[in-house]
Amino acid sequence: MATTEQETFVGRAIPRREDARLLTGRGTYVDNYTAPGLLHLVVVRSPHAHARIRKVDVSAALAADGVVAAYTGEDLKDAWPNGLPCIWPVSEDIKMPPHLPLAVDKARFVGDGVAVVIAESRAQAEDAAELVAVDYEVLPAVTDVEQAAGPGAPLVHDDVPENRCYTWSLSAGEVDKAFAEAKYTVRGRYRQQRLIPAAMEPRGVVCEISPATGDLTVITATQAPHIMRTAYTLVLGIPEAKTRVIAPDVGGGFGSKMDVYAEDMLVITCARRLNRSVKWIEGRSEGCLATIHGRDLIQEIELAADENGKVTAVRTHLTAAMGAYLQAVTPGIPLLGAWLYAGCYDAVAYDFHCTGIFTNTTPTDAYRGAGRPEATYAIERTMDKLAAATGKDPVEIRRLNFIREFPATIASGLEIDSGNYEAALDRALEVLDYEGVRAEQAARRESGATRQLGIGFSTYVEMCGLAPSRILGALKFGGGGWEAMTVRCLPTGTVQIVSGTSPHGQGHATTFSQIVADRLGVSVDDVEFLHGDTAVSQLGLDTYGSRSLPVGGVALWHATEKIIGKARKIAAHTLEVSEEDLEYSGGRFAVRGTDKGLTVKDASFLAWAAHNLPEGMEPGLTAQHVYDPPNFSWPGGCHVAVVEVDTQTGAVFLDRYVAVDDVGTVINPMIVEGQVHGGIAQGVAQALFEEAVYDADGNLVTGSLTNYLVPSAAELPSYELDRTETPSPTNPLGVKGVGETGTIASTPAVVNAVVDALSPYGITDIDMPASPERVWQALRGVAR
Amino acid sequence: MIPAPFDYEVAGSVDDAIRLLGEGEDAKLLAGGHSLLPLMKLRFARPTLLVDIGRLSDLAYVREAGDGIAIGALTRHHDLATSELLKEQCGILAYAAAQVGDPQVRHRGTIGGSAAHGDPASDLPTVLLALDAELVARGPDGERTIAAADFFRGFLETALGPREVLTEIRVPKLGGAGCSYVKFNRRAQDWATVAVAAIVSNGSAKVALTNMGPTPLRATGVEEAFAADGNPEAAASRAAEGTSPPSDTAGSADYRRHLATVLTRRALEKALAR
Amino acid sequence: MRRISLTVNGTRREVEVEPRELLVYVLRERLGLTGTNVGCDTSSCGACTVLVNGESVKSCTVLGVQADGLEITTIEGLAADGALHPVQQAFHEQHALQCGYCTPGMVMAAVSLLSEHPSPSEREIREALEGNLCRCTGYHNIVKAVQAAAGVA
Repeated sequence: MATTEQETFVGRAIPRREDARLLTGRGTYVDNYTAPGLLHLVVVRSPHAHARIRKVDVSAALAADGVVAAYTGEDLKDAWPNGLPCIWPVSEDIKMPPHLPLAVDKARFVGDGVAVVIAESRAQAEDAAELVAVDYEVLPAVTDVEQAAGPGAPLVHDDVPENRCYTWSLSAGEVDKAFAEAKYTVRGRYRQQRLIPAAMEPRGVVCEISPATGDLTVITATQAPHIMRTAYTLVLGIPEAKTRVIAPDVGGGFGSKMDVYAEDMLVITCARRLNRSVKWIEGRSEGCLATIHGRDLIQEIELAADENGKVTAVRTHLTAAMGAYLQAVTPGIPLLGAWLYAGCYDAVAYDFHCTGIFTNTTPTDAYRGAGRPEATYAIERTMDKLAAATGKDPVEIRRLNFIREFPATIASGLEIDSGNYEAALDRALEVLDYEGVRAEQAARRESGATRQLGIGFSTYVEMCGLAPSRILGALKFGGGGWEAMTVRCLPTGTVQIVSGTSPHGQGHATTFSQIVADRLGVSVDDVEFLHGDTAVSQLGLDTYGSRSLPVGGVALWHATEKIIGKARKIAAHTLEVSEEDLEYSGGRFAVRGTDKGLTVKDASFLAWAAHNLPEGMEPGLTAQHVYDPPNFSWPGGCHVAVVEVDTQTGAVFLDRYVAVDDVGTVINPMIVEGQVHGGIAQGVAQALFEEAVYDADGNLVTGSLTNYLVPSAAELPSYELDRTETPSPTNPLGVKGVGETGTIASTPAVVNAVVDALSPYGITDIDMPASPERVWQALRGVAR
Repeated sequence: MIPAPFDYEVAGSVDDAIRLLGEGEDAKLLAGGHSLLPLMKLRFARPTLLVDIGRLSDLAYVREAGDGIAIGALTRHHDLATSELLKEQCGILAYAAAQVGDPQVRHRGTIGGSAAHGDPASDLPTVLLALDAELVARGPDGERTIAAADFFRGFLETALGPREVLTEIRVPKLGGAGCSYVKFNRRAQDWATVAVAAIVSNGSAKVALTNMGPTPLRATGVEEAFAADGNPEAAASRAAEGTSPPSDTAGSADYRRHLATVLTRRALEKALAR
Repeated sequence: MRRISLTVNGTRREVEVEPRELLVYVLRERLGLTGTNVGCDTSSCGACTVLVNGESVKSCTVLGVQADGLEITTIEGLAADGALHPVQQAFHEQHALQCGYCTPGMVMAAVSLLSEHPSPSEREIREALEGNLCRCTGYHNIVKAVQAAAGVA
């Protein structure tokens, strides 16, 4: 076969292979599943934030049309002796109260399930759910994290004094000394408001039972089918071998769909009791209560700096809301930022302390960025305060403090493999026309314009690619951080990837195919990507924490190398030369100095036929690799927001948004940019729009999309993106992960811009979201 | 999110609708459904009978009627927003209709449904109030005309009787008058936090406020002050007089009072500039 | 139960429905057209947008019985003879979808916009999509896709 110019794929903006079915209405979202005799389950939820459950009477519901069963927590509690799992007991002192899928003694937040009704149709189940009578003794409730931590607060769990779930600390270097010797100290106190992840697809679960074997197929809107299968066993005692979990097309997750939820257990338990298929589909307003929330913590941070404005030490204290119960990784979320409160700056001493607090609210857990947006916000807001204290420009204070030599051991103790923060900053300034925008700002200040301009920076580093298993173990995390990939070369030329990651919008089928296509010299169209079904992909740890490419993608690279290694042996044997005589390029082994050769595709057939393989070689051309990274990966970059603030109404308009990210090597720039766009929108939403608000009785008053303000296209600008590329030296692809960068970087950029716009009025802080009313209040406050 | 069960009848005429409204214990008219169905889905509203007047296509029109404009109650927001007649002769109504909800809502929602629902956060009732519109209703006892000032009685409460059907809305041609509707909200699709309708001609102003009380409100203090000296800023400073705005996640009552003054000034200035 | 007749994607369909059934469930559950998604319960998100007589409508806020006799186009009916509609094609080329859940509604809203307003500005596109929420894309590429489609549609 003659060598032809091989088409390559890595680095190209190839439109996604996933799109065709999604664009034509042929997605497989869980609510699209149906089955003969399918029953519909509805959860009856507590309307009280804290109440003793005296009696739950389901008799009227049972008598209603179409109702097959109705159960209370008491009826079902034997099905889950250990309750729902928290797999991250972060400290020795942690309190982990039982968390049952249906509350039995007490309801502890508005939305806590107290009963289920199962009927032939969804409408009948909703009708009957209204007939469930619950006798509650309403108890005092506390939803605010600081109030809950304060004296005399109602106890969410009787046996958890002061509502304190845990305390956790990290300290390095001589912090007190640094503060004593500092020329400048600045402090910030920030409220990370509670957020609702609001993936566009609400959650849903279907459980089917094989009549012959009792085996279960659970189709669930999850980011983590492999973890779910294990969790179902831990909670319900069903052998893993009897449970198949399918994550079909999943309509976004952002962390909220990696959790182990009550409703999965309810659907499975009821399906087994009734020996019928059962479905539960979350309503949006229901989801605002029943799906985890993000953030909700108070941050106190202090920086010490020398006479030049060089940061020497960072001290942080967090008070973090757990909500009413611990979900899968609730306690660990604030700690995912524990190492990052010095940002990308070269501090030497570091002190971090976190207290986890129970409140009568929906549990918190991972929401896009999980711990790292909070850390980035705190340090980036406070760097602006340091700039103000030292009289320096926000750009200069950052430039002065950047970590510049890599690998860098940061103050909190971890090692950053690579980065170039100044290059990203310089590029951003260029895209922005910094001087031009500052001049415009000065002109508006001069003229006293109603609409004032503000410019806000965020230079950031994040740790992602969760994660090295040994580090997770040291942090008491219950699982590992590896990822598994299998490559199978079929005899006719198709290459299959069996993926342990579980994409739900990230485009793995395209990106991962690009990697394999290049290494094996095939077209992406010849690569089949299999995922999201534990019967197909037996091993994996799924998709969250920007891990899929830096962990899963690297596993895939290694598996592909194993394929090439075996194919090389087959080629050498077939061509009767030594392996050293073969040159590999573009999927073909060429015998050096001749036109003889053999492709991986040829080797696939030869391995399958197995007529003449090297002595002792197994037939077939398949390889699996399980990759456990040596370190986290460390994307970084610079985001800049330009806002206009209407000083009469307080309205904030995001005029421009510049993002220069360094995520290492880029496989598909179009997908990478899409991830950044979406992340920016979510971060901007935290800065300006979104907030989960509870009233004094503990009702969630932002319980639907009419008042939980997910922004639309009309509220956001187009973004101006660029990249710098510093490949990661710790993995062969040089990749770093991109799923969370936008969310991690953007929130402080926007709030810094708002504060910058208001700084001539003497305003130095604004709570999030920087709503028109908050801005107006701030302006009114200084006017007095 | 499925409504509770109800009976459903299609009205073949207005008289038919009036007859059907007498048949159910808690019968409700259904036009575009964009005020009622969202409440029914959350089971906040549970009518026993829906009388669908959505097919009475002879109630969908915008036409000249002497020195005014007659608008059929079933005219959709989209058709108001794109009506050349309204754009030329009563621009504020066309403009405000384009601010209601989102395009999908405007393709279904009707002016009659919006008026009859009587939500103080809605845009069109405020504009009708500022326009001194007349609302024509027909019931078992015949037809009557109700001034907008008498129509909006309380929170989600209008002058319509339980068996009355709103059939037509009459608004004046504004001729050379300047007008504006200034709406403030967090997201484009949201209800107004506060909005202000202003119509200015010959040194007098008609000003009405959205979401500043249980009904749309005329800002009489502003109108008086403006008539006195024509100064928008001084007039606007009285915008919050006599209002009782709600406090909710979109803004406190205090903030709404402040917004009312800022937006009233802007509305007056804009109307004057036209 | 009521018998209603709809023309869905060009085909006349007769179905028995309860008065309380929302059009989106008639489409999804009675007619098996599951391309139209439900993303909220307050008429906020636009995931359920379909065309009724050519205009965008939130099918979660219309009763099936109200649609009796009307022409409905869903995402399944947009591609003609196997070729994607220009808006679908532009969404693909501009990477205007990630998880895909808002996509059917977003595409239908864009089709309706372009039929009313063939060459909208960026601002007009953003405002026309005010009733459709997306959590993945930040809207950047959706706006680009509508601009691209406007060039050819």
